[in-house]
Amino acid sequence: MWLWFHKLGSPPYFYRTAGRLIPWFAIPAVLLLVAGTVGGLAIAPSDYEQGDGFRIIYVHVPSAYLAMFGYVAMAIAAAIGLIWRMKLAFAFAAACAPIGAAFTFLCLATGSLWGKPMWGVWWDWDGRMTSMLVLLFLYLGVIALRGAFDDAAKGDRAAALLAIVGVVNIPIIKFSVDWWNTLHQPATISKLSAPSMTMDMLGWLLIMIVGYMLFFAAVVTLRLRGEVLLRERGARWIRGLDSRA
Amino acid sequence: MTPTRKRRLVMVTALVAGVGLATTLALRAFQENMLYFYSPTEFVELGVPEERTIRVGGLVADGSVRRMPGSMTIEFQVTDHAYAVPVSYTGVLPDLFREGQGVVARGRISDNGVFVAENLMAKHDENYMPPEVAQALHAGKMRAIERAQQGFPNEPEGNSGTTVADDSAAADGSAARGY
Repeated sequence: MWLWFHKLGSPPYFYRTAGRLIPWFAIPAVLLLVAGTVGGLAIAPSDYEQGDGFRIIYVHVPSAYLAMFGYVAMAIAAAIGLIWRMKLAFAFAAACAPIGAAFTFLCLATGSLWGKPMWGVWWDWDGRMTSMLVLLFLYLGVIALRGAFDDAAKGDRAAALLAIVGVVNIPIIKFSVDWWNTLHQPATISKLSAPSMTMDMLGWLLIMIVGYMLFFAAVVTLRLRGEVLLRERGARWIRGLDSRA
Repeated sequence: MTPTRKRRLVMVTALVAGVGLATTLALRAFQENMLYFYSPTEFVELGVPEERTIRVGGLVADGSVRRMPGSMTIEFQVTDHAYAVPVSYTGVLPDLFREGQGVVARGRISDNGVFVAENLMAKHDENYMPPEVAQALHAGKMRAIERAQQGFPNEPEGNSGTTVADDSAAADGSAARGY
């Protein structure tokens, strides 16, 4: 186990393994995303209250989930990087940030499009929306802070600290709808009692969420390979890759 | 684990714990100032600032909606089953606006005690289901109420004592939750 872990930490070994892994993430991701999109938009029944407008849930909820999941993954990697000074962990954190920021933006944008017809406003400063906006700024802050240092190692450590501090926002997002009066309704799926959604709607949503997870895995692996190349530039194994190509 | 790594692990853990504690304390301290909307009970019992724009949220009381002829003005009561606040609003209504639905109105209190809303938002609940399921649940609830009225109180009715946020799901929503 530990041997495997150390091997994975070695850039050339990781680079080769990750390259082989990508199709195993990407192909099921595409299949599930296509199935979930068709199912959610065409097969699932319309809602008793929101009609067909509720179907944006099939993009909004997986985006929100991945935005938060991506942040936690980034912060854990950042902590591992800080404590064990593991280069690959810092590279993983760096690879996560733009993807998570993109999901956060997608979540805010689809939420806004959904809010206008149902609530009557594009945006309002309730607990859920505000904390989600803070998450976007945290992502952008992590990206900017890393980029602000000429010394990459210093940038990694500074960005890691910000990422770890920002984790406090994740439970705030999750529980904002329970702690405060909000415009946003409480949780539908992630609660202790049964989900407040009939199975013919929920099934497609779960397929979408798994598809988004696999998509995230594929893109993060792709970006991580790029990060490894960038960080190891000049190393002998990379020149070896070049001559073979 | 080497001593350096152990020290760094302790520092990272302490950092997370410290920031978490500070945030918890700050949020608790500002609880009252972080009110997104006043429920009718808070509106009446806490008293509301007269010169400030605030939000009031609750359910549109059944039978309270009055449309002013020849204008886009509408008057209704926002209730949380304990108190009701009279609200007047001029403008386009959100699609989900109707009696029994959760709403959030942003505006300020006028001299005659009516809350004048500049902006009206409809809340919806966290329940999603096809129309047929909603109808079946509604019919089931109606039958239960009938039975209760005939003297067979075998199903609990109403949802008193919950907060406004929970109440916003009332009407159709409470049927869906199986109350």
